[in-house]
Amino acid sequence: MTNPSLEYPIIRTGGVDGLLVNFGDRLSEPANRAALAFRAAIEAEGWDGVEETSSTLVSCFIRFDPLHLPHDVMKAKLETLVKGRNWFDAALPTGRRYWRIPTVYGTDLAPQLAQAAAAAGMSEAEAVTSLSDARVRVQALGFAPGQPYLGELPKAWDIPRQSQLTERVPQGALVVAIRQFVLFGVSAPTGWQHVGQTAIKLFQPEADEPILLRPGDEVQFVATDAASLNNMRSDPNGGATYEMIK
Amino acid sequence: MSAQLKILRAGPSMTLQDMGRPRHLALGLSRGGAMDKLALAEGAALLGQLADTLTLEMAALGGEFEASEDVRIALTGAPMRVSIDAEAVVWNASHWLPAGARLSIGAATAGCYGYLHVGGGFAADPFLGAASAHLSAGIGALLQAGETLAIGTDTGREINRVIEPEDRFHGGAIRLTPSFQTHLFGKAELDRLQAEPLHRAARANRMGVAMTPQGGGYYIEGGRNVVSEIVLPGDIQITGDGMPFVLMVECQTTGGYPRIGTVLPCDLPRVAQAPAGAELRFRFVDLEEAVELERAEAKRRAELGKSCRPLIRDPRYMRDLLSYNLIGGVVAGNEELEEVT
Repeated sequence: MTNPSLEYPIIRTGGVDGLLVNFGDRLSEPANRAALAFRAAIEAEGWDGVEETSSTLVSCFIRFDPLHLPHDVMKAKLETLVKGRNWFDAALPTGRRYWRIPTVYGTDLAPQLAQAAAAAGMSEAEAVTSLSDARVRVQALGFAPGQPYLGELPKAWDIPRQSQLTERVPQGALVVAIRQFVLFGVSAPTGWQHVGQTAIKLFQPEADEPILLRPGDEVQFVATDAASLNNMRSDPNGGATYEMIK
Repeated sequence: MSAQLKILRAGPSMTLQDMGRPRHLALGLSRGGAMDKLALAEGAALLGQLADTLTLEMAALGGEFEASEDVRIALTGAPMRVSIDAEAVVWNASHWLPAGARLSIGAATAGCYGYLHVGGGFAADPFLGAASAHLSAGIGALLQAGETLAIGTDTGREINRVIEPEDRFHGGAIRLTPSFQTHLFGKAELDRLQAEPLHRAARANRMGVAMTPQGGGYYIEGGRNVVSEIVLPGDIQITGDGMPFVLMVECQTTGGYPRIGTVLPCDLPRVAQAPAGAELRFRFVDLEEAVELERAEAKRRAELGKSCRPLIRDPRYMRDLLSYNLIGGVVAGNEELEEVT
């Protein structure tokens, strides 16, 4: 679906009040950094009529009030900001952390390891080694509160989503598709394959900081066994620890 | 002490709702709030208060309630069978609920989501700026029998007013704007979406409403490998098997299944209230027209108070109705009810 004639970034409209500054049609490090930096820039501008902003894997989303700020005016302001610099060479956010999150791969806790490994052309043991060795970065939060998209995994993990939704994966489920992990903050249906299970609670409404992971943080999903994971369930962080990245 | 409403019997899916929590997309939290936000505006108009007032949302079935003090109530959204101390009262109207009287709300007779508003609104602790339940995010919970809901201070006085609701309880025409992925779909599929009626499937909740297309699933090349992108309420998501879902108030904030279009916010109540099997006909409008439609709807909702009129009650007639009910157990049709339903 790559269209080589398109030049990124592209500004698109969606819905009656949404604009997207899109830095690519596939996940890439430069596009992800551009999305994070562009969102920070829009927030710094503080334009009247902008209701909220958010960054996704490769885009910055802007919701505005079209009843008071016409589409063409808003789009022109965005175009000027887009042209102001090369967003693809933006630096990562500061204050990043390196997390280690204990994970049970496979077993009845994560029943799709075998089929995901097969799709990636690996044995189950090779898949566990590949996934637990990978140090991935939080590229965006989304889907559910505090829930990260993480990447990028080795090329073998460029496997598609399932054609049918899995009815429900539990909170803390680690799922894989298209060279990315998603770590579930809630129990929800998904089209991704459930390869690991953690005990982390990504969204803690009662806590001072309800969201655990932030875009830019790095994560390794270290392998553990079911008994150890069970012991970690009393800890809202599910045994996860972090150190600052210097 | 402020008034309270005790829940004596609870339908299976009752929550407290308001206009939701916008501006938390960056955390991964969708805005939530009432499924039918027009119903909030109608209730607010009847009671003379703000639309963003905490209200009780009831999916398909109501419950039984008792107030600790005299309170004003209003009933909007999907019409449901309702009585106060076994005396039938009118939906889409405001009433006096005396202390200790039994408010009984039954099944919806059309549509899906009914709303019970109280003067002053329900009072609950806010989280991230709102007190409404967002079940898919783990905020708040379904209401249960035995719970007592606090009611805020009511500064209004008007009761016995009735509003003519927009008839949105049977499906119908739904207008769309392009979504962030509409360009990925071919012309044939976009034409088909606007030519064939879709039927609301059985699967529906506050996250999304499944649709059954007559001509089978919608096709998109490479649709299972699209990079995850922002999701907006009203987006029509095409899952891997081609089935369309209209994403609703508790939807995910990002998703990788492509969206073929986005329902206009002013038409979302019609999707929310479409009962299973109802026919929906989708049509794209251009962005300028969409903005003008939203502008007109915002103005109409702000002026709903003007369209409320007095609910005529005849004491002799009410007694007759009461005896009817006690004898037959069935409320007969009558002028007042026919006038507004």
